[in-house]
Amino acid sequence: MSPTSTMKGKLGKNVFKPSKERHISIRPGFEKDPRLKAAIYACPAGLYSENSKGEVELDIDGCLECGTCRIACGTEVLDWNYPIGGVGVQFRFG
Amino acid sequence: MEKFEVVVVGAGLAGLSAAYTLARDGIEVVVIERGDYPGAKNVTGGRLYTQPLQDFLPELWKEAPFERAVTNEIVTLLSPDKSLTLRFRSDEFARPPAHSYTVLRGTLDRWLAKKAEEKGTMLVAKNRVDDLLKRDGKVVGVLAGGEELEADVVIACDGALSLLAEKAGLKSPGAAQDYAVGFKEVIEMPSQAIEDRFALKPGEGAAQLFLGDLTKGRFGGGFLYTNRSSLSLGLVIRIKDLAEGNPHIEAPQFLDEFKERPEIAPLIAGGEMVEYSAHLISEAGYANFIRPYADGLLVAGDAAGFSLNVGLTVRGMEFAVASGVLAAQTVKQARDKKDFSATSLSAYQRMLEDSFVLKDLKTFQHAPAFLNNPRLFQHYPQMAGDLLQSLFTVGSRPKQKFSTTIREKITWSEAWEILKDLRKGLKI
Repeated sequence: MSPTSTMKGKLGKNVFKPSKERHISIRPGFEKDPRLKAAIYACPAGLYSENSKGEVELDIDGCLECGTCRIACGTEVLDWNYPIGGVGVQFRFG
Repeated sequence: MEKFEVVVVGAGLAGLSAAYTLARDGIEVVVIERGDYPGAKNVTGGRLYTQPLQDFLPELWKEAPFERAVTNEIVTLLSPDKSLTLRFRSDEFARPPAHSYTVLRGTLDRWLAKKAEEKGTMLVAKNRVDDLLKRDGKVVGVLAGGEELEADVVIACDGALSLLAEKAGLKSPGAAQDYAVGFKEVIEMPSQAIEDRFALKPGEGAAQLFLGDLTKGRFGGGFLYTNRSSLSLGLVIRIKDLAEGNPHIEAPQFLDEFKERPEIAPLIAGGEMVEYSAHLISEAGYANFIRPYADGLLVAGDAAGFSLNVGLTVRGMEFAVASGVLAAQTVKQARDKKDFSATSLSAYQRMLEDSFVLKDLKTFQHAPAFLNNPRLFQHYPQMAGDLLQSLFTVGSRPKQKFSTTIREKITWSEAWEILKDLRKGLKI
């Protein structure tokens, strides 16, 4: 299996409650900012990737809400918040 | 507008310990939690040490839903194709109450919340606290789910990232140098299989730490904790090292490769992965400790930077419980004086200083500097493997004396480097 499908399988084991709004987004105009690259390597859920245009993209589905990307990239490039109450990952074991 | 005496933000160990203590003493307290239930957003490695808690809610821990009593402490050094394991077993660790227990936060936090509710705590789940409510520069409550909730004092127990401590101006966003991310899988298997595979007596458990090739020289390591009928297997790696590592490797790959190691694969074979989680960890020790009080505000647990990695032990949950209890005691004193100003609440800092929380953090304030040494994470595990390979090998040629082998592996310049690192280690 490719790394991506392995991770999707792993995240598929978690209980997620979908949310209408994205709680983390890349600030407009910063998609190519080198600071974002850190999240590609540091995100434990592998949710950040670089597209063919050299822009970093974030697939928020599966976010573990750990805060690693906020520390790795900073709030100048990421608009970061926790999801609103009652949505997102709900750990059963933790 | 609704008003409570105390609003606690976050139903983790710090928040629930604070709420339990307050409610027990008849103080009106509400805990606001963004998850569906207490523990829904919480993660540990992990284990809880019981002895630091003998003065903090001792009546509770006797009946806590712990997983296994850790009687076996295992440390494994990994090089790419070798490993060296040291296993320490102690009957003393088994004597009740056992020295430490493995825990799962899903179980533990829900149980503690129930205890706090029994004492009169009001728990509001599925609600995110968006901001602090301030008046004349003083914290007078919180804004949650669009509603204002007033309080004499707010206790922020919102975890290692603590956005509330930031909003209060007590903390700046963390630096990648000072934080690590822990990520783990919970793998279910029958308790009998766990006891067989780890050679454990029924109910007893093992805690295993891994150092070396699994992080490819990056600051961090692996952990494996035996729960009742599951294993918690994961890694902790400093965020800066993940971001800047050379060659670049994506975080999840470290865990996938770790699981394939011959030291791990047989232990988890046939088990079912049931959850994948991650959590932020403060690694700077005392240096990440912030001023934990302001006008109308106290900060406890991970939010205040209470976390301590000294290599052999990694702790946070005992600090959370103790600081939660101390925050509650501070509130009680402030309530008697009807004074919730920063000056009045600064008693919290003194209580922390008199407790193991700040004493331990201060004692081990040099640990982060010692651990900030790439040789620990690659070179020494590799060297140990190479040395033992030579000592154990019986080859085709006549075997040389052990002392000769050791001298070959540990040259004078190497010995000098070891001495220098040891000297740093002795400061811990």
